[in-house]
Amino acid sequence: MRFGVVVFPASNCDMDTYHVVDQVLGHPVSYIWHREQNLDGFDCVILPGGFAYGDYLRAGAIARFAPIMESLPAFAGRGGLVLGICNGLQVLLEAGLLPGAMRRNDSLQFRCRDVLLRVENVRTPFTNRYRTGEVIRMPIAHGEGNYYADPETLAELEREGRIVFRYCSAAGEILPAANPNGALGNIAGICNRRGNVLGLMPHPERCSESILGNTDGLGIWQSILHWWGAAREQEAVRNV
Amino acid sequence: MFEARIYVTLKEGILDPQGKAVKGGLANMGYQGVADVRVGKFLVLTLDSPDRRQAEQSVREMCDRLLANPVIEDYTFEVQEASS
Repeated sequence: MRFGVVVFPASNCDMDTYHVVDQVLGHPVSYIWHREQNLDGFDCVILPGGFAYGDYLRAGAIARFAPIMESLPAFAGRGGLVLGICNGLQVLLEAGLLPGAMRRNDSLQFRCRDVLLRVENVRTPFTNRYRTGEVIRMPIAHGEGNYYADPETLAELEREGRIVFRYCSAAGEILPAANPNGALGNIAGICNRRGNVLGLMPHPERCSESILGNTDGLGIWQSILHWWGAAREQEAVRNV
Repeated sequence: MFEARIYVTLKEGILDPQGKAVKGGLANMGYQGVADVRVGKFLVLTLDSPDRRQAEQSVREMCDRLLANPVIEDYTFEVQEASS
């Protein structure tokens, strides 16, 4: 399975993400400069954390017009996996690949700490190795993670099981006190209708090795590999 | 040449944490009569357009596509002939 990590000017989690795919998963991975347009040969494209184009105007607003972003809808349309982490999610929202928008954190503070997440949907390519309702710990580091969508969109996300992660308490309760940024519905991560585009504010690449004191993020990468393996098997059966 | 003055604000009903903080700051200073504060963005564009109509049209398009996010923001603008 071949991974690509998109590099925008001022991406700053690109190397961490590359490291996890390369050293922890042991899968082929390349950087994709934002001026490139060719995504042929990639199975999973990751938009990493950072401050693409300085987050000028709005987080992700300018990055979404980078040449590579023109190729992303077609890549996702072919069933390619797209994972947006933190700034990557902000870019996906601005690009309209996921619905809604990010507002400034309600505290007005940049939040850099661990949060607890409840895994709401384990039927996605990114979460199938978790258990429904499992509470996991991941770090966040953002100033604009206050998710907003209009009531109709929120209801649709809810109905279709597209809210994948929510901020929660240690007991897995969805409480205002567990919400680090004011996001509606304590939403920390959502996916598209098909399930092959996921964006989340927390950073799984920062908690996928025991040396870092937390491996709760590993489930994301294992899910991707598991899903991909299962998809290849199905393909092989079809081709017999 | 034309000059476009563009105002981008959060839509009504969208919580504005910055506005709330500014309102709190003003209240701390003793300005108790401030009912609401909304913080937005102000952009000035200088446009090389043949006429005002085309200048307005391109500003509207730029607002829709990049300068404002229609999910959470509204915009207004005025276009004036630039004194050059």
